[in-house]
Amino acid sequence: MSRRKTDEEYSRTKTYKFFRWLSGVKDPYIDSLELQPQEEKKESEEVILEHLHDEELALEKVYDVSHNRFVNVFERVYKLVAALFCVLMLVGLLMCVSFLPENGSADTVRSNVVVDRYIENGLEETGAVNIVSGMILTYRAFDTFGETNVLFIATCCVMIMLMMDEKLLEKAEKQNDRRFEPKDDVILRLVASFLCPIIFIFAIYIMLNGHLSPGGGFSGGAVLGAGMILYVNAFGFKKTQRFFNEQIYKVAKITALCMYGLIGSYFYITGANGIANHIPLGIPGHILSSGIILPINVAVGLEVACTMYAFYALFRRGGL
Amino acid sequence: MNIICNFPAISIMLCLFAGIFSSGMKGKSARWLNTVLLIVVLVLNAVTTGYCAQNGSFVYVMGKFPAPWGNELRAGSLEGLMATFFCVIMILSLWGGVHKLFGEVDIEKHHLYYVLMGLLLSSLLALIYTNDLFTAYVFIEINTIAACGLIMIRQNGRTIEAAVRYMVMSLIGSAMVLFGICIVYDITGHLLMSNIKDRIAAMMVGGTYPVPLLIAIALLSVGLAIKSALFPFHAWLPDAYGYSTVSSAAVLSSLVSKGYIFLLIKIIYRVIGFDIFAYSEIIDVLFIFGLAGMIFGSVNAIRENDVRRMIAYSSVAQIGYIYMGIGMGTEFGMIAAIFHILTHAATKSLLFVSAMGLTDVSGEKRQFIYLTGAGYRYVVAGVAFAVGSLSMVGVPLFAGFISKLLFAEAAVSLPRKMLPVLIVLGISTILNAIYFMKTVIRIYTPYTGKEYPVKHFKDAKIYSIVLILFIIVNVLLGVYSDPVVELIRRGIEMFA
Repeated sequence: MSRRKTDEEYSRTKTYKFFRWLSGVKDPYIDSLELQPQEEKKESEEVILEHLHDEELALEKVYDVSHNRFVNVFERVYKLVAALFCVLMLVGLLMCVSFLPENGSADTVRSNVVVDRYIENGLEETGAVNIVSGMILTYRAFDTFGETNVLFIATCCVMIMLMMDEKLLEKAEKQNDRRFEPKDDVILRLVASFLCPIIFIFAIYIMLNGHLSPGGGFSGGAVLGAGMILYVNAFGFKKTQRFFNEQIYKVAKITALCMYGLIGSYFYITGANGIANHIPLGIPGHILSSGIILPINVAVGLEVACTMYAFYALFRRGGL
Repeated sequence: MNIICNFPAISIMLCLFAGIFSSGMKGKSARWLNTVLLIVVLVLNAVTTGYCAQNGSFVYVMGKFPAPWGNELRAGSLEGLMATFFCVIMILSLWGGVHKLFGEVDIEKHHLYYVLMGLLLSSLLALIYTNDLFTAYVFIEINTIAACGLIMIRQNGRTIEAAVRYMVMSLIGSAMVLFGICIVYDITGHLLMSNIKDRIAAMMVGGTYPVPLLIAIALLSVGLAIKSALFPFHAWLPDAYGYSTVSSAAVLSSLVSKGYIFLLIKIIYRVIGFDIFAYSEIIDVLFIFGLAGMIFGSVNAIRENDVRRMIAYSSVAQIGYIYMGIGMGTEFGMIAAIFHILTHAATKSLLFVSAMGLTDVSGEKRQFIYLTGAGYRYVVAGVAFAVGSLSMVGVPLFAGFISKLLFAEAAVSLPRKMLPVLIVLGISTILNAIYFMKTVIRIYTPYTGKEYPVKHFKDAKIYSIVLILFIIVNVLLGVYSDPVVELIRRGIEMFA
């Protein structure tokens, strides 16, 4: 048998690996994908019993549970009152619902001038084919800016709670049991390398088409964030940090919010003072149309994606 | 349209930008950015107040679509006064506790503190100026989350527990408000305050939907009452105010709960209509819980052995005063309640900030026994604490006296509620005097024991200046109360 490659070269090719797997010489999953068993925590029965006993003693000492009639009575009354309160609340609200106008009938008060104008003039005034986008991002743009800031401040609070220093992070990673998690999962990597680009492109499509079809910044951002979470699960934080680390996160977040804030301020102030604003509405149905909705959708999408990814990373690892 | 009409919207956006930019900055620059923007916002709101006092209220359309399609802000002299006052207290509280922040909060998280502060102020301003129920709800959310962050930014077990409790209680309140808004929208078909008011007036004439309306009023008032710690819902309060860092405690007690109360007042006048609210049964519920809070808050404060928690429990009593004023159901009662919002905001933040100075010279211990003689060791803080205490008790010359006088005056014209108000006001004043004077006597009792450090004016200049400014605000409110009361009265007239 004549081979062009030397043995050493041949042993690196896929063919060699395939035949090696076929003949069962080496299982490729060993060393690359296997669950290492956790060291079992050994606790003899005596120790457990001792712990239970200690706990009982401590409770007894602190609260004097068995003799304290007040605590016993209070606990029972508390449960009773809580249940009673819930039932009362339930009855009250259900009663209220029975008095409300019937849902879906044409002559309720809800189908008034507000809804009529949104539906009839929405396309003309906002330039958005998707009336919902037109409503939340043009008529009620201020509310939506507030809603975007809710996401922003929620991430800030999670950061206060869970963010750790880089040094502490390394230490924590050694101590906790996450090192037993499967890394370099071949199946997940393969699937992710197929899916992630598709998910990213789809997310961008949802964001950019928010004014034309169902979707928009919030849903597009959620899809983008989910794609990034899939990526980080498949390839690990080290690889994700090459394109999305704390600095980039900050820049993306601040740019997105500022973009929305500035566009919004311009829109509010020109609109309120009766100054003509220079944002063209475009031709309804085209991708570059509908005035402020398209850039705001992109900004909201970016912010939502950052929030989703930051939540995941902070809860999982304590850092971005 | 006059350029001044833009100021409320600009001030809200400026505060939001302050928060957004702070998240990318270092702690020190974020602090200065926030301070500068706060002063700018303060000036803008003061100008708005002056403009409204002369020319009456105005409505500002956010965007080119008028109501009821777009968002709207509304400013009158009362809103302007509240916003200006909140900015003043915010700046003073922020700078009063700034040196404590370095010991209690991780230095890498300082910038996040200013993010919270900026967004908190923006949400307070939005709650004050909004003319739309749903905008109010969105900013209630921001306010709640920011308040949680302020509690837990000092990371120890007690603050985290307090933050969780605050979160649970506050979310129940938010949910109730949301239910209320949903029901109101269902029976009126509007979210804008003035349109809802027209519809509700028409409904009262037509006699349609009385039960949903009553339940909506109940949900809105109880929801906001839970969020502002009215008496039976106050369990989260002592931990949250007692263990968080001092700026947070001052801001939470004097601004966050007041923002919700002001929103309730605005809903009463601009959504439900004052007469409809005054004839519903809900007002008596608020009145009775307010009275109960005045007594039980003070009793709890007397039993407390920790000075910070004592001040926190005192808040429960003072919130009770405010709800009592709302529950009287007259314009005078409402004026007294709004004046008490100002009084309490000015005094409670002063007490928190000065108590921090007193505990600093007592070996960081907050029990009364260690505070003996602290007033001599830190003269400025001692004087400030004494002024705050006297104001809370209701001694003439200070703000607290005027609000108690206004409450009593308002009660005299009510046949049914006069006696309970006057009796409880008397009892509560005595109880207030018991626990505040006890503390003041304690800090001015000469102490000859273990040596504690002595602090002078020059040791902490910023802190001392902040305390002096707080005292000036208090005395100004007490001495020149007439123009403030006049502004409040005109603002309430503009509501209608």
